[in-house]
Amino acid sequence: MDLEQMLSYQWAIMTPEFIILGIATILSIMDLFMPKNQDRKILGWIAFTAIIAAFVSLLGLVDLEVTSILYDTFRLDSYAKAFKLLLLIGAALVMLLAISYEPKEGMKEYKGEFYYLFLTALLGAMVMSSSGDLITLFVGLELLSLSSYILAGIRKKHLPSNESAMKYVINGGISTAVTLFGLSYVFGLTGSTNLTEITGVLSANFDTQQIYLLGLSFLLVFVGLSFKLASVPFHMWAPDVYQGAPTPVTAFLSVVSKTAGFVILLRILLTVYGAAPSGSSTASYPMLIKMQDYIALLAGATMIIGNVIALRQRNVKRLFAYSSIAHAGYLLVAIAALSAFMFDAMWFYLGAYLFMNLGAFAIIQLISGKSDNEDISAFAGLYKRSPILAVSMGVFLLSLAGIPGTAGFIGKLNIFMGTFYVDPAHYVLASVMIATTVISYFYYFGIFTQMFFRPAASDEKIKLPAGIIVVLVITVAATIVFGLFPNLAFDFLHTSFNGFSDMFQ
Amino acid sequence: MNLMLALIVFSPLLGILVLSLMPKMQESSIKLVGILATLPALVLSLAVFSQYKNGTELFAYNLKWDWIHFGMSEGVFEIPFELGVDGFSLIMVVLTSILSVLAAIASLHIKKEWKGYFMLFLLLEVGMLGVFVAENLILFFLFFEITLIPMFFLIGKWGFHEKEKAAYSFLIYNGLGSAVLLIVIMVLFARTGTSNIDVLQQLLTADAGHARITDNVKMGLLLALLVAFGVKLPIFPLHTWMLRVHVQAPPSIVMLHSGILLKIGAYGLIRFGMGIFPEQFTSIAWLLATLGVVNLLYGAFLALIQKDFKMVLAYSSISHMGIVLIGVGALNEAGIQGAIFQVVSHGLISALLFFLVGIFYERFHTSEITKLGGMAKGMPITAGFLLAGAMASLGLPGMSGFVSEFMAFLGLFDAMPVLAAVGCLGIILTAVYLLRAVLGMTFGKAQREFTGVSDISSFEWAPVLVLVALIVLIGVYPSVLSEPLQATLETIMLGLGG
Repeated sequence: MDLEQMLSYQWAIMTPEFIILGIATILSIMDLFMPKNQDRKILGWIAFTAIIAAFVSLLGLVDLEVTSILYDTFRLDSYAKAFKLLLLIGAALVMLLAISYEPKEGMKEYKGEFYYLFLTALLGAMVMSSSGDLITLFVGLELLSLSSYILAGIRKKHLPSNESAMKYVINGGISTAVTLFGLSYVFGLTGSTNLTEITGVLSANFDTQQIYLLGLSFLLVFVGLSFKLASVPFHMWAPDVYQGAPTPVTAFLSVVSKTAGFVILLRILLTVYGAAPSGSSTASYPMLIKMQDYIALLAGATMIIGNVIALRQRNVKRLFAYSSIAHAGYLLVAIAALSAFMFDAMWFYLGAYLFMNLGAFAIIQLISGKSDNEDISAFAGLYKRSPILAVSMGVFLLSLAGIPGTAGFIGKLNIFMGTFYVDPAHYVLASVMIATTVISYFYYFGIFTQMFFRPAASDEKIKLPAGIIVVLVITVAATIVFGLFPNLAFDFLHTSFNGFSDMFQ
Repeated sequence: MNLMLALIVFSPLLGILVLSLMPKMQESSIKLVGILATLPALVLSLAVFSQYKNGTELFAYNLKWDWIHFGMSEGVFEIPFELGVDGFSLIMVVLTSILSVLAAIASLHIKKEWKGYFMLFLLLEVGMLGVFVAENLILFFLFFEITLIPMFFLIGKWGFHEKEKAAYSFLIYNGLGSAVLLIVIMVLFARTGTSNIDVLQQLLTADAGHARITDNVKMGLLLALLVAFGVKLPIFPLHTWMLRVHVQAPPSIVMLHSGILLKIGAYGLIRFGMGIFPEQFTSIAWLLATLGVVNLLYGAFLALIQKDFKMVLAYSSISHMGIVLIGVGALNEAGIQGAIFQVVSHGLISALLFFLVGIFYERFHTSEITKLGGMAKGMPITAGFLLAGAMASLGLPGMSGFVSEFMAFLGLFDAMPVLAAVGCLGIILTAVYLLRAVLGMTFGKAQREFTGVSDISSFEWAPVLVLVALIVLIGVYPSVLSEPLQATLETIMLGLGG
């Protein structure tokens, strides 16, 4: 590749990524040269500004035609744009949480890393959602994973934090290996790592003798990626890691990392397995349709395991880990149904989940705060201590439970639409989803019981840092507004991205 | 565009707004605002009612705004924000707004955290009113769920000693009920592209039916509806949660719960079950009538042996809801009219009885029958009203209970005489258990001194008088209900092919 060709690429489409990369680099250098005892919070604010700048520049790119550079390895189609918007909003809110995060011990010396590692993780997630090639995909995945490993264990002198990092690395390593193993079959069968080329090979003259190998690769890739989604069978890490990791990191894992996982999962499923035949005759269904049952099975298992085990949790972050597993299950239902509403449903649900879950984590961070008390009883009497916090938490919990009037309800409604719209309708899967939703009332309302019915242990007023206030205002407003007027979001999605029709171009 | 219905439904929100700005400790002004905030809905709904009586067509009040649409193109999968009433739902709206005012007055007995209480109370009222004016199923579901959350808190925070258990039991049973309801709604919506009740009615009952909803699916949906509303009504054996709520929730809330919320089940069965799936409904009518008789007898027998007056009333509610099922199951005009009458009549009677429970609970901190014995000596007026309420409940001619039971059984005797004969036993049992309980309280052996206990006083007069007056009015002049219902009944009968 010569210089001329390098320059001929439309590098502009990577502006958001460049901003994040550039600021992350600058921050790491600044951190080196700043005096030891100087407050590092300023770095956090710079990082926040960078994310906002990236967001704005991405908005500027929304109307752009689908473009790909670097031999099709990096592509900016509407699918990537829509989901990157979510990633950036999520990361910006997480960054605000991180700025307001002040644990008891073990963080002072690593404050700088704390901020720019979020940026590199975000960069990984963005590259993942824009990748048109298995190699970029993997690079993004690893960048996200490695940054997250360090972030989970960043409280060096805090034992649970160390434990969580350890478990995360080991589980992550295994899942990466499984994913790669699955992808290697794809490469072996098609001779390419480029998604578009793979699609071409698979849909044109694919040797049907090798279908079972491809089916095996499907299961391996799906199972491997379920690590990022925190869905069955790779969900076991979530409770321990969520509990031990610093709260902003937990929030990041449950929202940004999960979103990135879904983005890449869906892209691989649709491009590779949506093109592959499932039988020897030419008129057979794509393999993805055949595999629906397996996805549905895993979705059902995820919802049941997540919601049922959450019933027994006393630790709030552990409880939210299982809740996050359950929500991954709901999202998998949308994929399993493969209906016309799938993109809408996933995008909206991930967005709604982003707001309600980050809002809840903001409050968890505030309540567990300096005392490191993460028991559910820390919420006791919150209504007396701070009515505003209690009511905001109430909004998030109602939304997570899918009560009408909140964004979470519309999200669930949309997923339901999909399951009943297709023929044959997925009655069983939908019933499992709704039954487990009712089960989830138990634990979400358990927090309500603490906040509103139990007396407070202390009358100490809770001080609200500026960052948390901003997060709460945005998340509460978004949860309610998108719950009452969801078409604000749907219309934006439809007018700007036109149903992701350019995904396969 | 007529904003009337929207104003009725959302007027309590104004009260919530005012309350949220008030300081926590101003007890009397909070209570005042709470009561005042329920008045606009009453005034407006009475205005609509009287205009309707004077000949205004009800569709003049219909309201429709664009709200949500799913999918890429407009026109399909729309959920507009549409409100409207017919005779039946208008009566329910009026009943709701009357009982809300009275329950707000009964809430003067509430002892703590009035601000939170009244805000939730008003939210509950929004939900209840909304349920009856919603013109599409998704909006119905939305309001239906809105009632769930305030009820959970009102029971769990202001109830008696086992309040939290009762609140959870309420939440989970009703949560499951509404989950099943949501499945029905979403299947209909996803397969037909509309959730408007009238449109669905036309689509599904047209000769060819709807291609994407087969008869088997319809049957499944109807049975699911039966379960969903059966939890709410409640139909035996889905009733246990309701006993807990009746006993543990504060009496002012039980007035609404037993007066309105249970009736949503009956409303849903008649409006959706009968309206959308008439053919299938006809084929399971025997099941409904049987369930009705079972409810009637089961409730009556168990009411016979209860020690706590609140439990007597709880089982009596189950028993009386059996009459609704009997009327609906009869599938003829008399039966359905009887069912609707019973819905209204029981709403008024149970509100009266629970208001009286609130009165003596306030004074004696108990509702056990033996401990209240001899009450007539100390509180003659309260005891008198209690007797009046019991008479209405057991169906004394001249009071509303008689009209509804008479018509429901008239319908059933016409359709299924044997079952009706068995059911008649229930009427006798009703008289027995009510008289046993009420006489035990008023004239039984006195367990305590009643001197120094004030009889019914000041604000407590208003609800009692209003309720008794309405009960007698319906009893002696049933046309006050049957006239507005006429059009609705005709539509239903037409749908049933009769």
